[in-house]
Amino acid sequence: MAPHRLQPDNWVDNYADYLYNYAVGRVSNSEVAKDLVSETFLSALKSAKNFKGDAAERTWLIAILKRKVIDYYRKINSNKGKAEVRISYASGTDTDGDWLEEQVADPFSNFENSAIENEELGLAIQKCISKLPKKQALVFNMKTIQGISTDDICNELEINPSNLWVMIHRARTSLMDCLNENWF
Amino acid sequence: MISCDKAATICNKIQYKEASLSEKLKLRLHLLVCKTCKTFSKKNTELSKLCEKANLHSLTEQEKTAIKKQLKDNPKQPNPTDITHPTTE
Repeated sequence: MAPHRLQPDNWVDNYADYLYNYAVGRVSNSEVAKDLVSETFLSALKSAKNFKGDAAERTWLIAILKRKVIDYYRKINSNKGKAEVRISYASGTDTDGDWLEEQVADPFSNFENSAIENEELGLAIQKCISKLPKKQALVFNMKTIQGISTDDICNELEINPSNLWVMIHRARTSLMDCLNENWF
Repeated sequence: MISCDKAATICNKIQYKEASLSEKLKLRLHLLVCKTCKTFSKKNTELSKLCEKANLHSLTEQEKTAIKKQLKDNPKQPNPTDITHPTTE
């Protein structure tokens, strides 16, 4: 297999949303997630010389982001004692004063599993979106994820609505094919 | 009777709740007789559900441009020739 090469010029276009989704899932704060993504790119640039070419760019970048997330939690927990896990009564809710035993997780709940599954799904979709032609990915993003109205997108990109729907159609068809194997 | 192309467009519009009532009716009628579009419509709706379930996030173009600028301004950016795999040289 040919060794992988880095193409920093395309990083933001190809991987920013993918990394961002991963980060939002870990830190639950969009501002922090955004910073982590840009820090990841900066660190990646700095250590680009150490890239051995045996992993794909995406894998390599996500590995850096993972370290950044860990560092982030270390930093906010750096005051001694904060790192301990502390359980207290849930104050200010209906259950205030109830026994802790009543707060244990419902063993039949599949809530946690579905959260993990949904995150994997999100990354799978982002991966597929990044394989789309740039313009299609942009239109699909604006329409589906950011929920911008058709008129606004047309104005901003200077296209007409039928152009837009053709691009949306192509994007959706490609995404269906791309996701087909695992998710339908 | 509408064409399959038209049906697909209406189906896409429905995914974003932008189809008019008459368009929806036309599509329904078309789906009764066209199996291909019926399959497409089903998958398309499924895709919308998946996207919704995945709770996707994305950066806006402005944010991406800002990150790009940040990367460009970074003085430590190595020369592209430095970062190819050593064995390729």
